[in-house]
Amino acid sequence: MKLRVYLNFDKKTVTEPVIWKLAKAFDVITNIRTAEVKADMGLVGLEIEGEADVVDAAVKWLEAQDGVHVEPIEQNVIEG
Amino acid sequence: MSESIVRALKCRECGQEYEIQPTHVCEFCFGPLEVVYDYEKLEGKFTRELIESRPQNMWRYKELLPIDGEPKVGANNGFTPLIRADRLAKVLGVKELYIKNDSVCYPTLSFKDRVVAVALSKAVEFGFTTVACASTGNLAGSVAANAAAAGLESYVFIPEDLEQGKVLGAAIFGTNIIGIRGQYDDVNRLCSEVAGKYGWAFVNVNVRPFYAEGSKSMGYEIMEQLGWKAPKHVVVPMASGSLCTKIDKSIKEFIKLGLIEDNGTAVYGAQATGCSPISKSVKDGTDMIHPVKANTIAKSLAIGNPADGFYANRVIKESGGWCEDVSDEEVIAAMKLLAETEGIFAETAGGVTLGSAIKLIESGKLPRDESIVLCITGNGLKTQEAVLNEVAKPRIINASLKEFDVLAEADGVK
Repeated sequence: MKLRVYLNFDKKTVTEPVIWKLAKAFDVITNIRTAEVKADMGLVGLEIEGEADVVDAAVKWLEAQDGVHVEPIEQNVIEG
Repeated sequence: MSESIVRALKCRECGQEYEIQPTHVCEFCFGPLEVVYDYEKLEGKFTRELIESRPQNMWRYKELLPIDGEPKVGANNGFTPLIRADRLAKVLGVKELYIKNDSVCYPTLSFKDRVVAVALSKAVEFGFTTVACASTGNLAGSVAANAAAAGLESYVFIPEDLEQGKVLGAAIFGTNIIGIRGQYDDVNRLCSEVAGKYGWAFVNVNVRPFYAEGSKSMGYEIMEQLGWKAPKHVVVPMASGSLCTKIDKSIKEFIKLGLIEDNGTAVYGAQATGCSPISKSVKDGTDMIHPVKANTIAKSLAIGNPADGFYANRVIKESGGWCEDVSDEEVIAAMKLLAETEGIFAETAGGVTLGSAIKLIESGKLPRDESIVLCITGNGLKTQEAVLNEVAKPRIINASLKEFDVLAEADGVK
């Protein structure tokens, strides 16, 4: 499966190789589709491809990283 | 005339264009998609006279809304009063103040009836029979009501701690209402999965580009009601920031079509301090939005990670506006002030708008001698909990003139 997520990085994590670590820890293909990096935060649009359970585990790992905010692209909805 | 001038869906980031379809994300760069139009097709045809000849609802501007032909849902929605708020203006010390009062929008008393009318009309055009939404309340009620009136099945997903008035205001329409343990952002998370799995029209997911366009009708009405001119300043409450960008778009479209003069309108954003990622970004002078955990009584604005925050930030800066945010106490005080001076009972978001406007006036960001429009987007009857203990309780007496005389005397009534 392919999952599209936005990753927000804070001041601490913006300089960390989080996506590299992800690909090392899980058998997934990471494909950066958009990115903006500044001194105190970063935003990355990332596609994660792999077996469904591996992708799930990879996302859980990302969510557990302090200073990384994970949001499925489909979740990026407007006000309600 | 009702020829559609809609050209395509266009990525706001990379500019890639897509055919009109129920989708909202660019396949290339994941940027949000927006409806774009061939305005030149309207040249000389879309006139003030034509608009004025039509019924007073949001569809008098239908050429600029992304539907084919006539609306399928919500044919009577929109066209709310724009009132000159002289009593409030006097209190605030400003010369020319207006309130665009969507707290009385038909049929569910919030501006969401505008966006939902477009979203559901488009959903019907696409062939959907079930519509759904993630909601902080107003949207749930609007989707439920408009779907009921159109004979569509609906599912609405809300945070479980929502105000009773909003839960009831959706449930009455026989919708499938699902309360989620968590915040609005958690509701969104689930809805993203539901939207991916079920073939429904999620008004703020897969039909979002069409939905969002409905907000422009609020801007069109303001300009027509001001006598075909744009205000110098407009203050807009912000959750995702979408309304802010669409008010700006509506003004630019009217200028492009020659319906109004360019008045250099500045757009201002209002947030609750307990959920103010856009306001903070503008004040900090950055264009990146830090997601926050929302904590405010203004639940309809409690979106911690605003999808259109970046674009709202840009509109505010480019137009020469600014942002402000207010505490829960300031929200309540502003709700009461609006009610007591203008007879308008707005929901908490209205308190955010007025409260922020007061701060903007006091700081000099909003000039006192130019026209200001405040956008009030929802009705206070839905968020009664916020002010329940803030208003005077009835004084109880027997049905006796003597007893009333005592009260009247105490009040100084002659």
